[in-house]
Amino acid sequence: MNRDLESRDAVNRARVSPGGSLLAIVIAAATLVLIVLGTIWPAPSAAAMAGAGADLLRASSTPEAAVNNLAHEIAQNAWQRAYSNLANKNEFSEPDFVHDLTGGYSSLRTYASLDTFEVRPLHASANEAQVQLRLRWSTVVGTFADTRELRVVNSGGRWQVVWPLVKEPRVPPQVIAVNYLRWDVIYRGAEDDWGAQDVEAPHVRIVDMHPVERAEGVVLLGELLNEDVVPAYVTVKATLLGKNGVAIATEDSFDKISHVLLPKQVTPFLIAFHKVELSQVDSVKMEPSSTLIAASADPVIEIEDQKLNPPPGATFTGKLVNQSGQVVNVAHVLGTFYDSSGQLVWVADQYIDRALLPQIPESFAIPLPADLARKVSSQRAVTTTYTSGQFQ
Amino acid sequence: MTFTVKVLGRLLVTAMLLTAIPLAIAQTGTLRLPRTVEAGSAFSIPTSGSGKAVLYIVGPAQVLRREVKLGESISFAAGDLHNAGRYVVVLVGESSSENGAFDVVASHPASLSFLAKPSRLPVGLQNGISGVVYVFDTYRNLVIAPTEVSFELAGVAGAGQTRTVATRDGVAWTKLNSATKEGAAQFIARDGSVSATRVIQQVPGDPCRLRMNARLSNQKLQGQKLSGSKPGDQKQEKRLTLETDPVRDCGGNAVPDGTIVTFKEIYKDGEATVDVPVKRGVARTEMPAYPGATISVATGVVMGNEIRWGK
Repeated sequence: MNRDLESRDAVNRARVSPGGSLLAIVIAAATLVLIVLGTIWPAPSAAAMAGAGADLLRASSTPEAAVNNLAHEIAQNAWQRAYSNLANKNEFSEPDFVHDLTGGYSSLRTYASLDTFEVRPLHASANEAQVQLRLRWSTVVGTFADTRELRVVNSGGRWQVVWPLVKEPRVPPQVIAVNYLRWDVIYRGAEDDWGAQDVEAPHVRIVDMHPVERAEGVVLLGELLNEDVVPAYVTVKATLLGKNGVAIATEDSFDKISHVLLPKQVTPFLIAFHKVELSQVDSVKMEPSSTLIAASADPVIEIEDQKLNPPPGATFTGKLVNQSGQVVNVAHVLGTFYDSSGQLVWVADQYIDRALLPQIPESFAIPLPADLARKVSSQRAVTTTYTSGQFQ
Repeated sequence: MTFTVKVLGRLLVTAMLLTAIPLAIAQTGTLRLPRTVEAGSAFSIPTSGSGKAVLYIVGPAQVLRREVKLGESISFAAGDLHNAGRYVVVLVGESSSENGAFDVVASHPASLSFLAKPSRLPVGLQNGISGVVYVFDTYRNLVIAPTEVSFELAGVAGAGQTRTVATRDGVAWTKLNSATKEGAAQFIARDGSVSATRVIQQVPGDPCRLRMNARLSNQKLQGQKLSGSKPGDQKQEKRLTLETDPVRDCGGNAVPDGTIVTFKEIYKDGEATVDVPVKRGVARTEMPAYPGATISVATGVVMGNEIRWGK
């Protein structure tokens, strides 16, 4: 019996072998061809990302070429070259141009690098064209897009971009009186008597939790309340348990939560379990944890003009207004969405790529899945802020 | 490592000695041992007979060896024996050996290990505070002999609470109620002149009857040009000053500063929210003054009043 099987395997191997070799040769040849093609004619954005120099830039003989060249220069941080090729450089200085793209104050933009860009011609005539440039910047917390509608003008056969400068507002010099409030903590020391207990961890409570099945897997949505009188650093971990009580997967909320909760503050959280179906899940073990931390009650951020924009392209938009006197370097907005019965439907977030200056509104737009957006009837937004040298 | 070797060595010596002597330990005529010795105190062991001998004292974590002349008293200075427990004494002479035993007992209370939990709790909680005291002498021996420990919760408004409890096997414990007024209380355990203090933070409960008022702000926000906005987008809008009454719990205790109060304004074209910390007892902020807007206030899961701003 075994000999029969072995001999059949040998025959099968002999049969498969010529086809397999052929396939391997074809794959290897195709790979080589693609490498050669990619080296000789690289994709513009890929070339820019690879740090290819000016030799890859084409002459600005068309509006698209002019915008492409500008995008390359931005990708390479070749600010001087980019600025010198602009048609309207007499309207602003090179630092203004750089600040427009990288932010005048330290922010996510300051540390972002251009990931990809797209150039889309909108309209063209003999002397003028409209081109859309979509810049996709890469940061430590994900990517953000910056889309500019560019006017491109023909001056003596050479096309040049008229850069639509967005001048970052400057706050006039002033004194803003703020009663700062912060908590400092004296923790148990190594030399304390063993009976000397450490400061009590803040009491937090999950006030809402709801599992949702999505195409990518199971998503746990919920809200966590700091019911204590001290600030807490919070995280939420969840374990999905199968029908037999065996753990299927364990995940935590990562950055889909506001980690610092002041007294009586509520944060939404979202925990995603990829490649898990809700039908597999029998129960969920939730593990909220909290640590007492030193924190500040400021800055206070107002969220104005909150609106739910219906599908297609459903978004939750609004403006953040920094009511304090300090510059906020990075702001994170978390939106909690409810249906008409008040049940949690979705949690989404967005990082703001520009610094929040005192009293200067900064817009945000959080995209919503189209199917869920139709169910949403109310929402709640919270912000977390990061200030250079301070975590809040 | 060194400690382990020492302990093993002592155990070995103990084992050897115990095998060398009769199992039944008894007082003999030559050795006149005290029944108990207070830890750390000086004492002596009189001997009789003549000649030379070696005295071994083996106890918990301690072994002493002395060359002695029989017929003289063997003196031990204060601090020579400081670990409480049972000690085996073996006197090995030139021709015979004798043995006995005595107890080293803990000295008078010198320190308290005081476990008070929790360090923070809401006001008005029955038996919410627990205190456990372990009584030790100077050498960190647990004082087994019963002794009176008093627990006192002081430092908050009204009369403090005091309980006196006798230790049992060196431990005394009690449960006390948290006060009705918020504040940091001193939780003191005392045994004679020895005491230990812990701080118990008695904090207000959830806010109760949260109320706010609104008035037109004296200052109008000078709208700024937004990123990506067009010229002419600048606006000058009226602002409302929203301020809560002093935020208190149902017992009238002021909630601590830093408690987050959420103001929400719903108007025709959208809504605005702001999370504001209570400062000096009240939460205060400014929001746009939209005619017909509905403004509500909440903290945690507690809702406050609602205001409809006039058209």
